[in-house]
Amino acid sequence: MTIAQDDTRTTADAGTVTTMTMAGALNRALADALAADPDVVVFGEDVGALGGVFRITDGLTARFGEDRCFDTPLAESGIVGTAVGMAMNGLRPVVEMQFDAFALPAFEQVVSHVAKLGNRTRGGIRMPLVIRIPFGGGIGGVEHHCDSSEAYYAHTPGLTVVSPSTPQDAYSLLRAAIASPDPVIFLEPKKLYWSKGEVDTAVTAELGTARIAREGTDVTLLAYGASVPLALEAAEVAAAEGRSVQVVDVRSLSPFDDATVTAAVTSTGRAVVIAEAPGHVSVASEIQARVFERCFEYLEAPVRRVTGFDTPYAPPKLEHWYLPDVDRVLDAIDTLHWEDA
Amino acid sequence: MLHTDLLPRDTAVRLIDENGESVSDERYALPDPGVLLTAYRGLVEGRRLNDQASALVRQGRLAVYPSSHGQEACQVGAAMVLSAQDWLFPTYRDSVALIARGVAPAEAMVLLKGDWHSGYDVRAHHVAPQATPLATQLLHAVGFAHAAKHRSEDTVVLALCGDGATSEGDFHEAMNFAAVFHVPVVFFVQNNEFAISVPLSRQTAAPSLAHKAIGYGMPGQRVDGNDVAAVLAVLGEAVDRARAGGGPSLVEAHTYRMQAHTNADDDTRYRERDEVQAWVARDPLRRLRAHLTATGALDEETEERFARGADEIADEMRTALNTDADLDPEDLFRFVTSTRSPQLEEQWRLLRGEIERSQLADASGPSNGESR
Repeated sequence: MTIAQDDTRTTADAGTVTTMTMAGALNRALADALAADPDVVVFGEDVGALGGVFRITDGLTARFGEDRCFDTPLAESGIVGTAVGMAMNGLRPVVEMQFDAFALPAFEQVVSHVAKLGNRTRGGIRMPLVIRIPFGGGIGGVEHHCDSSEAYYAHTPGLTVVSPSTPQDAYSLLRAAIASPDPVIFLEPKKLYWSKGEVDTAVTAELGTARIAREGTDVTLLAYGASVPLALEAAEVAAAEGRSVQVVDVRSLSPFDDATVTAAVTSTGRAVVIAEAPGHVSVASEIQARVFERCFEYLEAPVRRVTGFDTPYAPPKLEHWYLPDVDRVLDAIDTLHWEDA
Repeated sequence: MLHTDLLPRDTAVRLIDENGESVSDERYALPDPGVLLTAYRGLVEGRRLNDQASALVRQGRLAVYPSSHGQEACQVGAAMVLSAQDWLFPTYRDSVALIARGVAPAEAMVLLKGDWHSGYDVRAHHVAPQATPLATQLLHAVGFAHAAKHRSEDTVVLALCGDGATSEGDFHEAMNFAAVFHVPVVFFVQNNEFAISVPLSRQTAAPSLAHKAIGYGMPGQRVDGNDVAAVLAVLGEAVDRARAGGGPSLVEAHTYRMQAHTNADDDTRYRERDEVQAWVARDPLRRLRAHLTATGALDEETEERFARGADEIADEMRTALNTDADLDPEDLFRFVTSTRSPQLEEQWRLLRGEIERSQLADASGPSNGESR
């Protein structure tokens, strides 16, 4: 993979603005973090010479050395469990899980220790570690390569869970995650790795905050990860049909930015939540519930969800039936009691 | 080093036999009498603490206590081989080891008393929180040692687990990572023959647990876990090797859990009394007392002094556990993350409201009480 280096300019506050892919933005964030803080270490499977199966760690071992970016034995619990020990002892590990179904062997370490050690020790131990997990589908991957397991993590107290949908957020949120004193599950939407956008390295993003991705007055689409570009596409089509659609990139699944989401939905009176994961007991359900609890008096219609089906993720040749698409989002918008408006 | 040098001996290393007689060994020297006397004092205190804690469970002052009665030589040995800068990664059954490392008994018991999930300052004592999920702490120990090596610090990490934990995947991953990255960790398995009710034969078909080490490319050794002299010698060698840059190793101590898994367990359902009784003769205290008395290192006055010291520690623990701590429900929300999220703030306000209303109801008495 080539990381776009064209169109670079320097901003007044010493950042640089470059058009790059999300993969390139993540690589840049890791490199900048490694350069800025000698305690940051990056490790996982194939992250060294290969640069990761998605090339997110491309060139880091060559630039920073084997001590700072290295391959480990092929064992996810080992990767996360040793990262816990390193975080206890002054390092800031950033570990890569190769695909999100392959992160499951580490689940006990994540739930029982990463999430709880700070609480267990009354703050005596902090866990400044980041677990990067490529998540979601839309890339034609075979079984175990396209899961969306965000609900497991977002359900676990103590974990911060974020997902970027733009190269800018990929850069800024990953820098914020690495700087955080608390553990962060960083979900990278595989489908967007090759999407391009401008990245200003001086721009910061705050964990725990949502972002208004598009202004609108009739209905609010709430999405995260790869569902954000889908929401923007649906908004564009709806605009052509005369509906003004607001899009909120939730981006922080935990903690959740109730203030921004509540203000957004209150302003439009209608909402649709979009996510790839199965809808049953999901992050989408949680968002829907929170909106109902906080915006009920302002709602013109029930809050709808457009999610993956409650089936295991589809095989590549059926995934277009499984994934939320523009038509499904527009259909959901159409059900929002417009006749009363 | 020949590959076969990684193998443990066919029988466990023993330096003092069951009668208190010293046994000569070509590789491991008997520790000095002064060291053994210190160890003996630790054994006396450890035994007293174990039995005091079990009594406090019966009195309802501790929720549960997994006793290391019978395993005190391993507990005391583990603490004694470490220097101040080293770290100990214990399990729930290693309370005596962490008290021997300097943690106050009352603080060591916070988890089992139910006041919080851990009660001591891990950084002050260089003791990680006691791990409840099996073998998970071994990986933390490896990562901790990795970070120490990364900064070229003189730190050795001693990671404790039991025989049951060797069946867990994290045991394998920890051993493998430690060996691949050549980090200064010593894995110390206390094989007490039972994982709750399941005997060692259902955990492994290996010749011994120490034999697993060669599969990772690290040395393994077997030691008589009821002989504190041998534990000190074998563990001490492993710690020295790690400190000198020789990498990780595995030590298996063969010992026996003299009591049930916890007070909630009934060990008559899975083992014979004769078997338990046979281990009384191998008791770690009795053996060392016989040795020190025979060699003139321990006299009656010293013995009494140690016993009084142990009583004082037990009294301190009993007093602490008979006092109800002033617990603050807001602590539930304080440490989840370093900054409290708006959601947790909202939930704390909800709970605080409930508490204030119930206090108001209590203050105004039953006739006037309006709780809901």
